Parts: sequence; C-alpha cells; structure tokens
Amino acid sequence: MEDLNLFIKSIFIDNMIFAYFLGMCSFLAVSKNVSTSFGLGIAVTFMLVVTLPLNYLLDNYLLQPGALSWLGEEFATVDLSFLALIMFIAVIASMTQLVEMAVEKFSPSLYASLGIFLPLIAVNCAILGCALFMQQRDFGSAWTATVYGAGSGIGWTLAIVGLAAIREKLAYSNIPKPLRGIGITFILTGLMGIAFMSFLGIKL
Amino acid sequence: MLSKISKEALLGPLSRNNPVLVQILGICSCLAVTAKLEPAIVMGISVTAITAFSNLIISLIRNTIPNNIRIIVQLVVVAALVIIVDQVLKAYNYEMSKALSVFIGLIITNCILMGRLEAFALSNKPWPSFLDGIGNGIGYAIVLIVVAFFRELLGSGTLLGFQIIPQAFYDMGYSNNGLMILPPMALVTVGCIIWWHRSRNKDLQEQ
Repeated sequence: MEDLNLFIKSIFIDNMIFAYFLGMCSFLAVSKNVSTSFGLGIAVTFMLVVTLPLNYLLDNYLLQPGALSWLGEEFATVDLSFLALIMFIAVIASMTQLVEMAVEKFSPSLYASLGIFLPLIAVNCAILGCALFMQQRDFGSAWTATVYGAGSGIGWTLAIVGLAAIREKLAYSNIPKPLRGIGITFILTGLMGIAFMSFLGIKL
Repeated sequence: MLSKISKEALLGPLSRNNPVLVQILGICSCLAVTAKLEPAIVMGISVTAITAFSNLIISLIRNTIPNNIRIIVQLVVVAALVIIVDQVLKAYNYEMSKALSVFIGLIITNCILMGRLEAFALSNKPWPSFLDGIGNGIGYAIVLIVVAFFRELLGSGTLLGFQIIPQAFYDMGYSNNGLMILPPMALVTVGCIIWWHRSRNKDLQEQ
C-alpha cells in the first residue's frame, strides 16, 4: 500500500518535470511530435527502472557511512558518501551503453526507432536527479526505489507526450513572432505546471 | 591581450549566443533554484567555475582522448570538479548547501557543460576554451539572476533577504504575489525574457 501511494505520488505530485524541472533539455528539444516523444519517454522510464535499484544497492552497501561493515569490523567507520556523484553517473553511463548494445542485438526495430535518443539519456538530469532524491529520502528497500523510478519515469512520459500533443496543435495558431518556437514552449510548460499543481495535497 | 577568437568566446555567450536564451542549454538544474536571489548567485558562480575549469582541462588533454570513450572522460572530469565544489560549499556555507540540495550534484548533467565541451573545448586551444567556459558560465548566471530578481521581488517583496517593498504599500492593500514563488512561474518568466530578447535580436526569431 505504501508503495502504491509512492507510485501515484511520483507520477502526479512530485512530477519530475513540473515539480523539479529535471530532464528539461530533452523535454524541450524532443517534444515536437507525439510518437518520438513517446519513444523517448519509454526509454527514460526503462533506464530509471534499471538504474535506481542498482544505485540503491551501491549506496547502501558501499557508500554510506557504515555501509561497508559487511566486510568486517575495521571497515565500519569508512564513509565514502562523497563519491556518490561519480559512482551514480558511472552506473548510469555504463548502463546506457549496455542497454544500447542489448537493444541493438535483440530488437533492431526498437533500436532504429530509439537509436538517437539512447546515448542522450546518459546526460538526462531526470535519471541522476532521481538517484540523488532516492539517496536523500532514505528508502527502505531496493523494491521501493524501483517503484519510485517507475513512477517518476511514467510521470516524465506523461508530461512530454502532453506537451508534444499541444505543440502539434500549436502549428495552426498565430503567435507573436519573437515568441515562436522555444519561447511559447516555455510558457506552455509553465501553464501545464500550474495545472499539475492542482494535484498538490492529495493524500492516498 | 585578447585575440579575436578569445574575445568572441568570452563576450558572445553574454547575449548573442546566450546558453540559456539562444542555445537552450542547462535549463534543467537552473529553474528550481531561482525562487530566491542568493541561491541563484551561488549557483551561477559554481557553474561558471566548473564550466571554465572543465573546458580548460578537457582542452589540455584533448589530443590524448580516444574518440569513442570521450563522453565517459568528460563525465569523469566534470564529476570530479562538481564534487570539489560540493565539498567546498558544505565546508564553508552549509546552510546554502542544504538549500541547493541535489541541484549542485545535478550540475554534472547540466547540458551547458557537455555542450561546450563537445562544441568548443575538444577543438580549441586551452586559453580560448577557458574564456569560453567563463563567458558561458556568466551568460547562464545573468539569466539566473534576472529570473531570481523578479521572482523574489514580486513573490516575497525582498531582495537577498532584505525588505524592499515598504510597509506603507502593504498598508495600502498591496500583497505579495504567491504565484511567483511556485516553480511553474520560473518557466513563464524565462519565456518572457526570451520574448524580450528575441524582439531585440530579430535574426534569432524562428519562422
């Protein structure tokens, strides 16, 4: 029940885009049409589900103060938490590489449709951001971390598909010249963010 | 002292080639820290230092990096610099480090860094690369500070924590605009700045 609560919460209330502005660069750059943005959303969700539990285990059994105590008494005082950033980004970058190779081998058609976005995901802040939030919130188990990753990814997908749908319709409207393109996209995202804020305070 | 290319590298990003307004880089970690002016300034300084030194380091070793692992090399250099900034901030200004929370860490995935490393530092000499890093960092910081200025002034009536809107205004019925504090308004503010910037620079407008 707790986990379901977290899942819904991370989709709507703590939405990666509208509450924290994470993954904004690819969000603004790729949201020109619905089908590619849906593909990118799926790729981000997948990477979150894979890397978050890995990072959780790394954090809890290697990096936190006292996490190394399973090695023996003398390691119980070691605190490696300052290495967290570099470990997380290394896990994310190498997982991206692995997933890219696996997808290319086993499903060439999916690879062709996602191909260009997969390497970009390594520098998507939503994924590193999720890992850092996970570290901050002290989740109870790797399963909770996975649920959080899935929820955040789905929330991200929802946001990018919504924006892409609006931008497709936007082609028919008459926008002031200096605001065309990226300017109006910013304002649109802001308005969508205000709409998403109506979910605030919902308790399940 | 400054050759033409260095001058362009330093001054271009301030307006004509601004990383946030024109190149649309580094939006991710910047908007969430602009509700108050002070964190925005700290963030701007941190990013400037990191872009300048990562550009310098990558430019110094650019001829020894094998092409197919360059992304990992860049990430490692950037991550090391970010860890240094994070630790310095924790040591000297713990309150600020708490206020910025994960956003210092997220400088690693700030697209300005990767963008400038790929586009400039990998193909230029160290000194222009260093200036390019400083220019882009300052260009980013300016946008951050302008957004934070309006959000803090209209949202809380203060600047850097000092009361700016006089009490007499409140007595006459003026009240702070709470909406400006909320995250979505940062996007709308940046949208308006882009609007103003592009109406001044007509050649940047999209068709």
